[in-house]
Amino acid sequence: MSEAQPPVPLSASSPPPGGILRATLAILGKDLLLEWRTRARLNALVLFSLATLLLFSFALGPDTAALRRSAGGYVWLAILFASVLSLGESFRVEAENMSLEGLRLLPVDGRALFLGKAIGNTLVLCAVSLVSLPVAIGLFDAEVTLDAGRLVLVMLAGCAGVAAPGTVYAAIAANAKARDVLLPLLLFPILIPSLLASVKATALIFQGDAMGELSSWLSLSCAFDVLYWGLGYFLFPRILEEN
Amino acid sequence: MFDWVASYSSGLQAALWAPLVLLVFVLALTLTHLVDRGSRSWVWKVLLGIAVLMFVVQAPLALSWAPAERYMGDTGRILYMHVPLISLAMALLVINFGASIAYLMRPSMTADAVAEASVSVAMMYGVLGTLLGAIWAKPTWGTWWTWDPRLTTSAILLVIYTGYLALRRFVDEQERRATWSAVVGILAAVNIPVTYFSVRWWRSIHQVQSNPSTVDPQMVMVLRWSYTMFIALLVVLLYQRTLDALEARKRESTPP
Amino acid sequence: MSPPVIEFHEVSKRFGARWALRNISLTVPVSEVLLLTGHNGSGKTTLLRLMATAIAPNRGRIGILGSDARRDRDLIRRNVGLLSHANYLYEDLSAAQNLRVLATLLLVADPSRVVKELLERVGLADRSMQSVREFSAGMRKRLAVARLLLKRPRIALLDEPFGELDPQGIEDMEAIVNELKASGVTIILATHLVPQGLRLASRRIHLDSGCLSTPLASQ
Repeated sequence: MSEAQPPVPLSASSPPPGGILRATLAILGKDLLLEWRTRARLNALVLFSLATLLLFSFALGPDTAALRRSAGGYVWLAILFASVLSLGESFRVEAENMSLEGLRLLPVDGRALFLGKAIGNTLVLCAVSLVSLPVAIGLFDAEVTLDAGRLVLVMLAGCAGVAAPGTVYAAIAANAKARDVLLPLLLFPILIPSLLASVKATALIFQGDAMGELSSWLSLSCAFDVLYWGLGYFLFPRILEEN
Repeated sequence: MFDWVASYSSGLQAALWAPLVLLVFVLALTLTHLVDRGSRSWVWKVLLGIAVLMFVVQAPLALSWAPAERYMGDTGRILYMHVPLISLAMALLVINFGASIAYLMRPSMTADAVAEASVSVAMMYGVLGTLLGAIWAKPTWGTWWTWDPRLTTSAILLVIYTGYLALRRFVDEQERRATWSAVVGILAAVNIPVTYFSVRWWRSIHQVQSNPSTVDPQMVMVLRWSYTMFIALLVVLLYQRTLDALEARKRESTPP
Repeated sequence: MSPPVIEFHEVSKRFGARWALRNISLTVPVSEVLLLTGHNGSGKTTLLRLMATAIAPNRGRIGILGSDARRDRDLIRRNVGLLSHANYLYEDLSAAQNLRVLATLLLVADPSRVVKELLERVGLADRSMQSVREFSAGMRKRLAVARLLLKRPRIALLDEPFGELDPQGIEDMEAIVNELKASGVTIILATHLVPQGLRLASRRIHLDSGCLSTPLASQ
C-alpha cells in the first residue's frame, strides 16, 4: 500500500483559463474513443442509412427521373433517420452508469459537455454521409454539377444543424420516460426548416445552379447552425442541473 | 394600434366601440381576480357570458352585414375567424417564448404555469384555425391542403408544440419538467419567425398579411370585432388555464 | 475550532409527491468519519447525493466547506468525491481508459503513472486493458474507488462501499478508508455493515423514513 495522500488545497472557484476548450477536447476525445471501441455499432448505423436509401427507391418505383430529382432529399432523410439512432446512442452510453452525472460532479463545464458531444455527433453524421452520399449518387444516377468543395460545405453545415439541437434533445429524452419516442417527436419537426435548406442546396448541386441560389440556401443553413449552436451552448448546462 | 383607435372614433360606426369596451371590461375583471383570488368564482361566468355575447353580435355581422368578398364570395367570411385564430395562436407562442426565458432567468411556478397554459390555448386556436382554413381552401383553391410553405410551416409549428406538450407529460418532477420545457420552448421558438416570414421568403399561394388601408372598411370593422372577441376569449382561457396549472403544482408540493 | 465542513439547515427533498428527506439539520466537523445507517429507502443515498450537489434540496440550506451548495457548486464539486451505486464508469472503455479520461479532465500531471499506481492500489493492474463490460460487480466497485481516489477529495461520500465486495475486498476497502481518514479527509459512510462501520466511524446517525432519529452515541 502506498502512503496516504494529503488532500489537495481548496481549489479556486474559477476554472483555469482555456478550461472550456480543454474540457471540450477531452470529452470529444472520450466520445471518439468510445465510438472507435464500439465501431461495430457505427458500421451498423452506416448500413442502416444505406438500407433507408434503398427503401426510398422501392417506395418510389423505377422512375429514374423522379429518383434523380429527389436524390438530395433522400440523402438527408437517410441522415435524419440515422441521427435519431446515433444521438440516442450517444446519451444511452452516458446514462448506463449515470456517467453524465459523474462528469457533471467532476465538475465539467456544461458548455464544454455540449460542445464535445455536439462535435462528436456532427462527426458521426459526417461519417454516415460520407458513405451514403456516394451511394445515393450512384444509386439514383445523380451527378455533382458544381465543385465538390461546395458539397462538402453543404453536408458539414447540414450535419452540424442536426447535431446541435439533437444533442440538447437527446440529453433531455435520455432522462425522460418513453425516451425512444420522445426524441424523434421533439427533434424531427424542429429540424424540418433547417433540413429544407440543406435539401435545396444539395439538389442545386445535383441539378445545376442556374439562378445562383445556392449561396442563399447555404447561408440559411449556416444561420440555423449559428442559432442552434449558440442556444445549445447557453441552454445545455441548464438541462443537466436540477435547478 | 393608433389607427385602429382612430378608425373607431371616425363616427362612422360608433356602435363598434362596443367590442373595445367589452375587452377592457374583460381585462379589468381578470385583473380584479388576479388581485383578489378569494371568492370571485362568479367572475368566470361573467367573462364567459361576455365572450358568448360578443360571439352573438359578431356572427351576424360577419355572416351578412359585411359585403361578400369579390373573388371568394361568401366563403371568404370564414376568414373573419381563421385570421384572428391563427395570428393569436402565434401570439400565444410568443408568450410561451417569453415565459420560457423568464423561467430560466428566475425559476418560478408562475412562469412555468404561463408557459404551459399559453401552449395549450395556442394549440386550441391553432387547430381550430387550421381546420377553418382547410374548409375555406376547398372551394377557393380547390383542395383541402397544399404543401405550400405557409401551410407547411404552420403544420410543423403545430407538431413542434405537440411534442412540447408531450414532453410535459413524460417528466414527473416539477423542476426538471419546467426547466426542460423552457429549453425546448426556446429552441422551438426559432421556428416562429420562419413561419411568419415564410409567405414573404418563398413565393407562396397563401396571401400576404393584408393591411387595413386596402380592405373595405366594413370588412375591417368585422375583422376587428373578431379580433377583440378572440382576444377576450384568449385572456379568459389563458388566465383560467394558468390558474389550473398553478393549482396542480401546489397540489404536487405539499409541505413535508 | 475550525468551522464544520458540512452544514444542513432544515433540508427537505421531494421526489414527485414523496418526501425522501424531511427537515434534516446536521453538522459534520472537519476530518470526522460519520456512519450513516438506515433501512432501504430511508433516504441515505438522497442525503449523500445532496451533499455531493448531484441534486438540490426543495427546502432548506446546505453549506459544504463553508460555501453555499446552490451558489458555489463548482467549488464544492472539485473537493467532494461520491462513491455511488451508479459507478459513473463507461462500460465500453477499459479500466485504464476510464481513469485516463478522468485524469485528463482533472488536469492531473503525469496521468499514465498516476493511473497505473491507482490500478495497482485497488488490485486491478492485470485487468487494466479489459472493458468494464466484462467486469464483475466487485471489480467495478474497485474501479469506482480508484475513480474517487484519483480526485483526491477533501470530503469522501461513500454509499455502501462494502457492498458487492468479497472478504478480501472488504478488507482492502477498510484499509483505504483508514488511509483517507489518516490524511484528514472527512468521510460519510453509509453502510449496512454496522460492525465495520462502527470500527471506522467516530459518530453514528440514523435515518428513519426521511427523518433523523436521535443520534446514538457510538460504542
